[in-house]
Amino acid sequence: MTSLPKGTARKLGLVIDLDICVGCHACVVSCKEWNTSGYGAALSDQEPYGDEPTGSWLNRVHTYEVTPSDAPAQIVHFPRSCLHCENAPCVTVCPTGASYKRVEDGIVLVNEDWCIGCGLCAWSCPYGAREMDQRAGVMKKCTLCIDRIYNENLPEIDREPACVRACPTRARHFGDLNDPESSVSRLVQTRGGMDLMPEQGTKPVNKYLPPRAKREPLESFASQRGDSDRNAGSRSAGLLDWLDKALERLG
Amino acid sequence: MTAEHSQPYLDCSPKVSDEIRRTTCYMCACRCGINVHLRDGRVRYIEGNRDHPVNNGVLCAKGSAGIMQHYAPSRLRTPLLRIGERGEGKFEEISWDEALDKAVSWLASVRARNPRKLAFFTGRDQSQALTSWWAQQYGTPNYAAHGGFCSVNMAAAGIYTMGGSFWEFGQPDWERTRMFMIFGVAEDHDSNPIKLGLSRLKARGAKIVGVNPVRTGYNAVADEWVPITPGTDGLFILSMIHELLEAGRVDLDYLLRYTNAGWLVIQDSGAPDNGLFARDANAEPLAADRNNGGVAPAKSVRRNAALQGTFRLPDGRSARPVFELLAGKYSHPAYAPETTAETTGVPAGQTQRLAAELARVAFDEAIVLERPWTDVYGEQHTTMIGRPVSFHAMRGISAHSNGFQTCRALHLLQILLGSVECPGGFRFKPPYPKPVSAHPTPNAEFQPNQPLAGPHLGYPHGPEHLLLNDDGSPLRIDKAFSWENPLSVHGLMHMVISNAYHGDPYSIEVLFMYMANMSWNSTMNTKGVMEMLSAKHDDGSYVIPKIIYSDAYSSEMVAYADLILPDTTYLERHDCISLLDRPISEPDAAADAIRWPVVEPDRDVRGFQSVLLDLGARLGLAGMVTADGSPRYTDYADYIVNHERKPGVGPLAGFRGTDARARGRGEPNSSQLERYIDNGGFWIENIPEEAQFFKHANLAYQEWAVSMGFFDRPHPVTFALYLEPLAKFQRAAEGHGERIPPEHLRERIRETFDPLPKWYAPFEQELLSESGKLGKFPLHAITQRPAAMYHSWGTQNAWLRQIHGRNPLYVPGEVCDAVGLEDGDWAWVISHHGRIKVPVARMNALNAKTLWTWNAIGKRKGAWALTPTAPESTKGFLLNHLIHELLPPRGDGLRWSNSDPITGQGAWYDLRVRIEKAQGEASECEPRFTRQISPVGEGPEEVAYGEEWST
Amino acid sequence: MHPAASVIFFTTASGAGYGMLVLLGALAPSGLLPTDRWFGGVALALALGLVTAGLLSSTFHLHHPERAWRAFSQWRSAWLSREGVLACLTYAPAVLFAASWLYFEALSGVWGPITAGMAILTIYSTSMIYASLKTIPRWHHGLVPPVYLIIGLASGAVWLVAVAAGVGEIPGLLLYVALAGIASAAALKLLYWRSVDAAAPSSSPGTATALGHIGTVRQLEAPHTVDNWVMREMGFSIARKHIRKLRRITVVLGFAVPFVVLGGLAAGSLPELPAALLAVVSVSVGVVAERWLFFAEARHVVALYYGRVSV
Repeated sequence: MTSLPKGTARKLGLVIDLDICVGCHACVVSCKEWNTSGYGAALSDQEPYGDEPTGSWLNRVHTYEVTPSDAPAQIVHFPRSCLHCENAPCVTVCPTGASYKRVEDGIVLVNEDWCIGCGLCAWSCPYGAREMDQRAGVMKKCTLCIDRIYNENLPEIDREPACVRACPTRARHFGDLNDPESSVSRLVQTRGGMDLMPEQGTKPVNKYLPPRAKREPLESFASQRGDSDRNAGSRSAGLLDWLDKALERLG
Repeated sequence: MTAEHSQPYLDCSPKVSDEIRRTTCYMCACRCGINVHLRDGRVRYIEGNRDHPVNNGVLCAKGSAGIMQHYAPSRLRTPLLRIGERGEGKFEEISWDEALDKAVSWLASVRARNPRKLAFFTGRDQSQALTSWWAQQYGTPNYAAHGGFCSVNMAAAGIYTMGGSFWEFGQPDWERTRMFMIFGVAEDHDSNPIKLGLSRLKARGAKIVGVNPVRTGYNAVADEWVPITPGTDGLFILSMIHELLEAGRVDLDYLLRYTNAGWLVIQDSGAPDNGLFARDANAEPLAADRNNGGVAPAKSVRRNAALQGTFRLPDGRSARPVFELLAGKYSHPAYAPETTAETTGVPAGQTQRLAAELARVAFDEAIVLERPWTDVYGEQHTTMIGRPVSFHAMRGISAHSNGFQTCRALHLLQILLGSVECPGGFRFKPPYPKPVSAHPTPNAEFQPNQPLAGPHLGYPHGPEHLLLNDDGSPLRIDKAFSWENPLSVHGLMHMVISNAYHGDPYSIEVLFMYMANMSWNSTMNTKGVMEMLSAKHDDGSYVIPKIIYSDAYSSEMVAYADLILPDTTYLERHDCISLLDRPISEPDAAADAIRWPVVEPDRDVRGFQSVLLDLGARLGLAGMVTADGSPRYTDYADYIVNHERKPGVGPLAGFRGTDARARGRGEPNSSQLERYIDNGGFWIENIPEEAQFFKHANLAYQEWAVSMGFFDRPHPVTFALYLEPLAKFQRAAEGHGERIPPEHLRERIRETFDPLPKWYAPFEQELLSESGKLGKFPLHAITQRPAAMYHSWGTQNAWLRQIHGRNPLYVPGEVCDAVGLEDGDWAWVISHHGRIKVPVARMNALNAKTLWTWNAIGKRKGAWALTPTAPESTKGFLLNHLIHELLPPRGDGLRWSNSDPITGQGAWYDLRVRIEKAQGEASECEPRFTRQISPVGEGPEEVAYGEEWST
Repeated sequence: MHPAASVIFFTTASGAGYGMLVLLGALAPSGLLPTDRWFGGVALALALGLVTAGLLSSTFHLHHPERAWRAFSQWRSAWLSREGVLACLTYAPAVLFAASWLYFEALSGVWGPITAGMAILTIYSTSMIYASLKTIPRWHHGLVPPVYLIIGLASGAVWLVAVAAGVGEIPGLLLYVALAGIASAAALKLLYWRSVDAAAPSSSPGTATALGHIGTVRQLEAPHTVDNWVMREMGFSIARKHIRKLRRITVVLGFAVPFVVLGGLAAGSLPELPAALLAVVSVSVGVVAERWLFFAEARHVVALYYGRVSV
């Protein structure tokens, strides 16, 4: 009988840095590319050359416009995939036990041979992280590239999720969030890692690092010199007053 | 109700692939290294090559979608001969023998009679070293690639000013820079390296400033955003220069050492050499010694040069140093931030502050590397001083009619801050910096059945290098290197069809193109170009009689060609990313790379470069046949290995010589390609440590460059604050010299060929303003390229079109409110040239006068093996329909091209529009076009790639 | 939420069927309903028929119905599994109850109430499939199980009235039970609507993206060209005017018309069978509308990622 494990030895997950994500979709497509011939059924595409091209993807990138009350609107690119929640509702709603959370690393997986394609796990997920494959009729979701991270047929350096491997801005970090000394945990700590929809009580393992505050302006030359100085200027002399002195300093 | 936990056994080490083949990506122009995993002879997976200098293992969305490109249903399968009308898409399949015979018969006939009747233009290919050589051997004056409508302003301004520009020419010192400003960028130009660089800057807490009307992408992650109004970047930059000069915050030592700041400019109004450099009898430029006022060759005065004052020349005339002219010009209140704010949309305080911040970082946070080096003037330095501010820019500032001067202004700013080729600043990549003197001048003198004397494209030093007939008319079909655009160093591909159609300057017989979607997104005035391509004379013959086109996919342009030579995909071909062309070097290393067939074609297609060599051999072109007339090269791979541009220097610089140990210079090595393959598809050679900075003046670098074969002698660069060739054109426009521009162009040349960077209003705006119509077109409209979709040189990629399958027009909130637009509404966008109907979306993080959309999503019905009602053709659109290759008429009866007057770069981003809400229900973008018949049918209804391997 | 026909039919049909089983099992053994085999036979057949048709229909919703048996396994944690188990288990007492009634003609006072109890638990499980989903605030609501239960009972009662009218006389108690059921259903449903309409959202685009601390969050560009499966399944949206119309249909056909008709029957002023059939048709259409709205009005928090301002 599956239920959530009482705790997991490790909590493998992603830390996604919204401060540097430029919304390039590299993670989205590398994920699709790896996983369509990886764990479980292929990620099929319907009408790939037709009017309504759509398919199964395990990672999606949104673009949001965020408008502070006292500053111009800004843009935040926002990757969204399974957060491998500690309190994963998608596991407990599953009537067949196909959906489960691994006790050794906390990865939430779907045993596709058991999946009846009822879709209830997707209903229970606040994050839209599960997509029903229309060809295979089973639920697809991020596996944290379970067939990469432990894969002895890959060089050790490549044993990380495809999205992390591909990300050109290094906005995605993979590691054990249960280990306070891991690089991901330290990032979460120093950068104030955030949970998505904490009010849902899902306790996501994946964390998001907030965009850093846009810089405070530095003072201008005018304010450095004082306005009177600026207005007085020596332009009327025809040449720049500072030039001779500066050249003298050069020697 | 607790339950026990259980979980199934899982094999976490499934087989990945049979073999990994390492080659170079071609999903856009970045040229990242890729590992192609093969399984059962098919592509299982493509990932970035960790060892590759361009991408360090990362890969963008396009790169990962390579599988869908490679197996796309839109791939052409066999040579095609048109049997319907042009534009219709009706073809019959023919054999390669038939296709090549036909091409040869057309090309040989033109070559024997009048070679200029062939116009050979290539699109976004990366084999210009070959294609230009082929065209030169053929002997037509009419060859260029697509740079004229891409970013020639950037390239030309960079070469003329400092021997190189951004991207392939150089990049920020990502490891050390502390403040980085990025101006309008084309996403396919250096995209992964910029992303990698930005992340390094973020990791170090360096400040990033984005200058762009639109706050997406790189601008979204920037610490500060400058919401510039399109076409005003030059004014914004000159305003910062104004601030720096007012505050005395420029690097005088650097200017004296490495620039023409101290060179004397002749002040003799009305004289033929007014505004040119004062030179001695050996043509050496002169400078005044600020210690004694004596005038002597600048290279001897050097650091003692006077930067202000008026000096008497030996001939009695007076002259003033460049720096004084420069300081005088930009100190003018016209450049004060308070004055420019309204035009640029950048608040004065922000301009002032950014200038102050640049100066603070450059000078107060200067970095010092303890690395001794010797300059080309013989001086030994114990350290390298770094100004850790850097810049990057691309098409956003380039594709304007003031783009050349704007790009110059940016380089001027870099140089004044002393931040070119120093630690923390901008760094060149070998073989750059490469000054004008190291480049050829352009060639166009042609004769039947003879090669041209030299390459088509080059860098004119003055009017003497223009390509003109005796009557002053252009020699080239695109009017490159004519008075209309004298420094058009990349040609003007965007004018070829229009000029050929109008017979201005002359008509042609054969139009031969490669990878250039001229009847759709790679052209201005798309509808007009489609009409020109299919226009007929009264006798029923086509105005452009013959069109040969090579492409791998069923593009919009295919429908307009008479003869199709189907190309391979990028995984099925040989290519070289050559130091002779557009290399992949790094600031610390020279590098080049190859592509090789990691999978074999399953169709009757051939790599275009091999076909070109075959055609050349059949035409008997010099260099392509042996003494007995047989083909010299079996294919492109053979050429890559064995062709020598000069003794010891060939397309690839690595693994040369019989022992494969020679680099740069060396005999051809028959196993060279194998060595590249073994090495991951690329070759890289580090620059010696002492040669890694100040390359323009670093003795060790210059010697290394000669040893590598970049140059035959050292070519140090003196940065051109003042660009003398422009002054020569100004004098010609005043009536001096042997070659004088036609009357109607003189004022424009006098005005725009300012040897010191200047800003002038974009032409479209200026002409609309002149005719009192600017008020009707109050807004700017621009495109951006999405990071996850390159324009259609591939296909509509099954995966990427799920991300970007249609494009709304993003409209500033204020404009939406004024016009009554809401998300999802449809609107008419109207320019002086045309109107399009498009879906709109509201956006606030946007310059308030600017509309924008994604580039090149829209498709013609029937193209790319898509269904005719695909979203790309119903809800995707091009701005191209609004942009004309000519400016609004001035009433003088002349055709003024919509280009930069200096380089001829297409002024895409000068577009002015208004927007009106479309009434009634709308479901499809306008204009609409008839469906083209697909020679390859439609794609499948479902794809489940990799199904057979999934575990 | 996408109102899938199979699920709507399932919940309405099996709801009515279980409602009938509850009433039959609870009331018949005490003689509060007709005890003849005709009534018992038709009523039980109809009830089990509705239940079975509903359950079968629910498997149309599955992509792999051949594996549906696996759904019985997770009864300790999953409401869908509990519902499946209970639905199947209920057949056992129901069959024994039917046998006692129809074969032995001795209405079982054991299997009847057990059937009733199991039926109540089954409806409750069905309702909890929805009510347990925190992601859908309009479902995650205390009134959802009572509404499911009472609508099942009320519609079951109306069906029983019709059966009774068909095979003999309508017992007065049944009419009053039906009237009370309908009235309570109407009251609870109206209360539910009032409550969900006024509920303050707990999630927002700001919490969904964790960017709310910076400012107002609004989607500029969706991650894909056309709606993906998640949006087709959970991004369903219905215009306010349609909601109003469907709520009126629910109230009028689901509650008002059957109440008036049954009231008329109680007053003896209407012909029994046609009136009872009218009530069945009306309540069925009304409850289908109610259930369709239950899905269509329900908004999933995932829509916050896709431009919806609140759910």
